[in-house]
Formats: sequence, C-alpha cells, structure tokens
Amino acid sequence: MRFRVIPVLLLKNAGLYKGVKFKDHKYVGDPINAVKIYNEKEVDELVFLDIEATLEKRKPDLDFLRSIASECFMPLAYGGGINSVDMIREVLNAGIEKVIINSAAVHNPDLIREASQYFGASTIVASVDVKKNLFGKYVVYIHNGKEKTTLNPVDWARTLANLGAGELIINSIEQDGTLMGYDFDLIKQITAAVSVPVVAAGGGRGVQDFARVCFESGASAAAAGASFVFQGKHRAVLITYPTESEIIDSISRYI
Amino acid sequence: MIVIVDYGLGNLGSIQNMLKRLGYPSTISSEQAVIEKASKLILPGVGSFDAGIKNLHDFGLWGLLNDKVMLQEVPVLGICLGVQLMCKRSEEGSLPGLGWFDAEVLGFDKRFEGDKQLPVPNMGWRNVEINRQSKLLTDIQENPRYYFVHSYFLNACNQEDVILTAQYGIPFAAALNKGNIYGVQFHPEKSHKFGFALMKTFALLS
Repeated sequence: MRFRVIPVLLLKNAGLYKGVKFKDHKYVGDPINAVKIYNEKEVDELVFLDIEATLEKRKPDLDFLRSIASECFMPLAYGGGINSVDMIREVLNAGIEKVIINSAAVHNPDLIREASQYFGASTIVASVDVKKNLFGKYVVYIHNGKEKTTLNPVDWARTLANLGAGELIINSIEQDGTLMGYDFDLIKQITAAVSVPVVAAGGGRGVQDFARVCFESGASAAAAGASFVFQGKHRAVLITYPTESEIIDSISRYI
Repeated sequence: MIVIVDYGLGNLGSIQNMLKRLGYPSTISSEQAVIEKASKLILPGVGSFDAGIKNLHDFGLWGLLNDKVMLQEVPVLGICLGVQLMCKRSEEGSLPGLGWFDAEVLGFDKRFEGDKQLPVPNMGWRNVEINRQSKLLTDIQENPRYYFVHSYFLNACNQEDVILTAQYGIPFAAALNKGNIYGVQFHPEKSHKFGFALMKTFALLS
C-alpha cells in the first residue's frame, strides 16, 4: 500500500520554524516560499501547525491560509488555535481540507464530536503529543508540549476516534527534531487500538523510517519536519522531499 | 461558464483555484438562475450522503440539476460525494440518490474480511487503472495517481460505466462515465499534475 509522506511545517510569527523536542526553534524560511517548493516537488500532503496560536490565544491567520490554499494543489491540514465549530468553518472556507485539533480536544472533547458530525470525520484530525514520564509511561501533553495531562495516549486515541476524529497524528515529543527514528512501539500501540488512519510524527529521518513506521507499526502516513528542511550534521536549511520512485522502492522490501 | 454547484458541503474554493490556474473561469453558486445558464457543471462535496441529498432538495436544485444533466445533457463532473450522489443509493444513508448512474455506494468497513482490515476512511494517493477509454481520460499521464478520501465506494451495476478502477483492500470504481455524465471518487483539485490534466480535459469537453 502506498503510504503518505507528509512534511509538517511549524509556523511562528508568520515564519517557518523547526526545533528539537518542541524547543529551540530555529527559523528555516518563509512559509509561502516553502509551500511553492513543496508544491513543485508534488508532495503527498502538507500539515501546517501554528505552534503559538493556542498559547497566545490567537485565531488562525485566515489570509495566510487563503494564500497557501491558492498555491497548493495537494491536501492541506491546519492546526493551531482551533477551538470552535465556527472557527473550523472559517478555516475550511479559506481552502484548507482538514483541521487539526489538539489542546481544545482535551479541554472540550465534544468539539470533536460536533465537528465530525457537521463537517464529516475525514475533515477532523486529532493530534496527540506524547512524552514518557520518569517511570517510562506514556503521557499526553498539550499546549505545544508545555502542559502535562493525566491521559494515557492509547486510551485517548481510542476516545478521539470514538468521538469522530477521522485521522490521528501521534507526535513523540522526545523524538521530535532529533532525526533518531520514530517511536515505533508507541505508534504500533496506537494503530492496534483504533481503526482510523494514524499519522506517525517525531524523529522520522528518511524513506526507510517512513516505510518502517507504516509497514511495521501500522501507520497510514509518515510525517516529518527536520528530515525535510535540514541537511547534514550542521543542519543547513535545504528543503527536500523523496521522489515517487524512492517512496515506491522503500515499500518493495515489505511486499 | 463552468458552475461549481454550492449545496453547502465541501471545499469549493480549491476546485475554483485549480480552474483559475488553468485559465478557465468558473463560478461557485447555489442560485438557480446561475446554474440555469451553466455550460458545464461540477458537483463537488465532502460529507454524508443523506446530508448531500437533503441539501440538494433544500437548496431547490434537485429538479434543475436533473433537467440540466438529463434533458439538456450539459457535461457534469461529480467529485467525491458529488459522484456518490449521482448513484441510486448509498449504504451510508436512506434517501434515494439522483440515479444518473446505475450504481450503488457501499461501505468499505463491511467488506474487509478477516485480517484484511484496513483503516477507514481510505485516505491517500492511489494508482488507478483504465477500465475503459473515455473523453475524460484523453490527456491522462503514465502511472496516474490521485488523492482519495472516502469511507464508501462506488459499485457500478454496468461495467461499461466504469472508466477507472483502484484498489483499497478490494477493487472499486475510481471514475464513472455515461454520456455527458462524469464522476470521480478522488479529488482532482488536490492531485497535482494528474488532477490538472483531468480538470483541463473536462474544461475543454464539448
């Protein structure tokens, strides 16, 4: 099965950033310029996350979303600061296919149910940020990794899918930006618990990892950030994306 | 003028964006007077079957669309839920469909057997195979692939109507065509060059 490979673009102050373990974000370029490059590279899908919108209690920047939607001829998902059905409608009307809800789902799980009934499950993506605690147990974090909850990610993923989320993005905070590989075990636990597509995020470093997390851990898509914007050990900024034949080749060892 | 029919469901702007990039003007409208004058129609949609059918009735478009497509034989392209609404019925709902295609819409989840369970919806890029040539496929590329998002799939009673097929655990019809009526399960407006080629061909159909 052809899995999806999804660049995740983090937005902050109208710029594009990438960090390590949700910290130390480095400026990597202008988002519109990056979108044009990804569009030329015919990427499968793009995910945009405004990492400060919820913290700063800001609404999504609809003008920005409209401008990327008019440049992009691939599926687009946006997350950041979305906390109501009305806001979801505005984001969709701006030309975005899918909205991503993270912190707001923890504060108000009914939002997922309402939004899914209204806009259809495939439009509503729930995102879950996960970190291991001192005892090695997985715990869900919200507010861009700044606030710990008492939720277990497997139970929470199941709840989100039951509420109507049509897709889940599972992001390992400790893997984020490290280029050390996904948390394959965590993803496997989540995909075993839900029947909706799961997008793995955090640590992905290339097509081998992407294929492995999809074929061995059961993810439907592999998302990555650092792998698509940094090059070499000095992390020089260079936007890259695997070719279709590289993706197909990575599948061949599993079929 | 190509009219993108707005019946309250779906991301219509992206279809218009693609047509605009190709240089073809289009209008997004739910107004009868505008749809009346359309030289071509696009019936898009994302959402549930009954909600779509109900909205076509509530917006006063049911009879008008039937006249435009069945009597005036204006070319029409259904996209995603749009093509499903053109079928006779769907397992997702209980309301009768437009019935332009002798086809029904079935759920993936009930048809996966044993350990062949795949996540639903089918979300992602799938390769398609040509089942029958059609004017809509005039400029189709090598190894065509398109972006799909759907939990229900098209099952045509008449194989002649099926122009493209795809696989998701089981084979299904990815595109249908009968006379002036065209429908695709995938999203051409989100499928890069493959989508551009198909939309351009539709825009040029006479």
